[in-house]
Amino acid sequence: MSEQSQSRLDIVLRIFLGLGMILALYMALIAAPREKSMGDLQRIFYFHVSAAIAGMTAFAVNFAASLMYVIGKKRRWDNLALSAAEIGVMFFSIVLVTGPIWAKGAWFVWWDWSSKRLTTSLVLCLLYAAYLLIRNYIEDPERKSMVSAIFGIIAFLDVPLVWLSIRLWSDSHHPNLTQKTGGLSPSMRPALLICSIAFELLLVYLLRRRYFLETLRGEIETLERRAS
Amino acid sequence: MNKIWAIFRKDLLIELRTKDSLISMLFFGVVVLVVFNFALESLRESIRSAAPGILWVAFAFSGTLGLNRMFAAEKENGCLQGLLMTPADRGVIYLGKMLAATVFMLITEAIIFIFSLIFFNLTVGREIPYLILVFLVGTLGFTAVGTLLSAIAVNTKLREVLLPLILFPVVLPVLVNAVEATNIILNTSDYSALKFPITVMTVFTVVFGTIACVLFEYVLED
Repeated sequence: MSEQSQSRLDIVLRIFLGLGMILALYMALIAAPREKSMGDLQRIFYFHVSAAIAGMTAFAVNFAASLMYVIGKKRRWDNLALSAAEIGVMFFSIVLVTGPIWAKGAWFVWWDWSSKRLTTSLVLCLLYAAYLLIRNYIEDPERKSMVSAIFGIIAFLDVPLVWLSIRLWSDSHHPNLTQKTGGLSPSMRPALLICSIAFELLLVYLLRRRYFLETLRGEIETLERRAS
Repeated sequence: MNKIWAIFRKDLLIELRTKDSLISMLFFGVVVLVVFNFALESLRESIRSAAPGILWVAFAFSGTLGLNRMFAAEKENGCLQGLLMTPADRGVIYLGKMLAATVFMLITEAIIFIFSLIFFNLTVGREIPYLILVFLVGTLGFTAVGTLLSAIAVNTKLREVLLPLILFPVVLPVLVNAVEATNIILNTSDYSALKFPITVMTVFTVVFGTIACVLFEYVLED
């Protein structure tokens, strides 16, 4: 891909992202109906869930890229894995900030350990923070890539087990999106859909930028090594 | 199988002669029990319900101490190269090391448990076989990931500091289920509920043990 076409794609992405975010704000804050019991507070939900979906997508990208690195040992897979992990942690930070704000209003506590989703989100954030931490302390670039790829695979496979382990605490408070009854009323669905799409766009855009930056960094490293 | 045994025997022999890890693991585990006893002073009347959590924190902390030493001796004496040159598959080295770590942890767990019986005034009788099973399964899960991550951590700038930071988030499912299973044994009478936590821990051990076996060669590269 030439640099020009790359930047042209980025411009298109940027326009769509800008429009998508404005539309998402409009849908979530104005167009969506007011929730009966929680009031306007419920509107934070659209961003909370969208960030969680985008974050999960980022971690899935990290897993796939880690797997590809272990198989092919190509530097670009490691660049992608690193970018995805960083952005995933960022999205889950949004989840972990909006979660307690909502919880305080809805259940009158900041943190509810019996909320399976919130707790799993926290563990996820810790797992990938550990992933980023390992990278900081290994100097040899190839070893760093390999070790973090292995950790990325382990971290992703750990997620379902974490989810299973927190099962005993009841999950009664948390609105369950997968259930057909209750949860989200149909009139709220468009707002959630638009919000999720906007956040996914943001994810793609950030991933591209971060990946590009990492590639440049790699090039500088190679040049420096050649010069010395 | 013979090769796994040889590596296991080597680590066991070194440990029996120096007793470095075992003593520090044991001492630390007991210290954790004492600290918790003061930290949870208000709970002293119902300490039996807090005991599973305290026990597994003590096991996990002392286990981390032991795992840190698993590759440290080789690293410090430059023997890692020698270990890598043995005509054994890397997965075999992993299994030998994991077996050794498991045995060290189980020994310390047994002694820490006896101390906890005294400190917390617990009485156990028919629960013991179930407890042994849970300790065994939980420890295997802990060392399956721990041995791999220990090999990673020993080759970094931070070494000993890094291991707990990367180990605890990963091993959380094992800790949660081990605490729960121990709690079922100590505080309830319906042991059929044990099936689920033990299954989760077993799945954890098998999944990560297999991954570690396959990928260990990439971690150990000198």
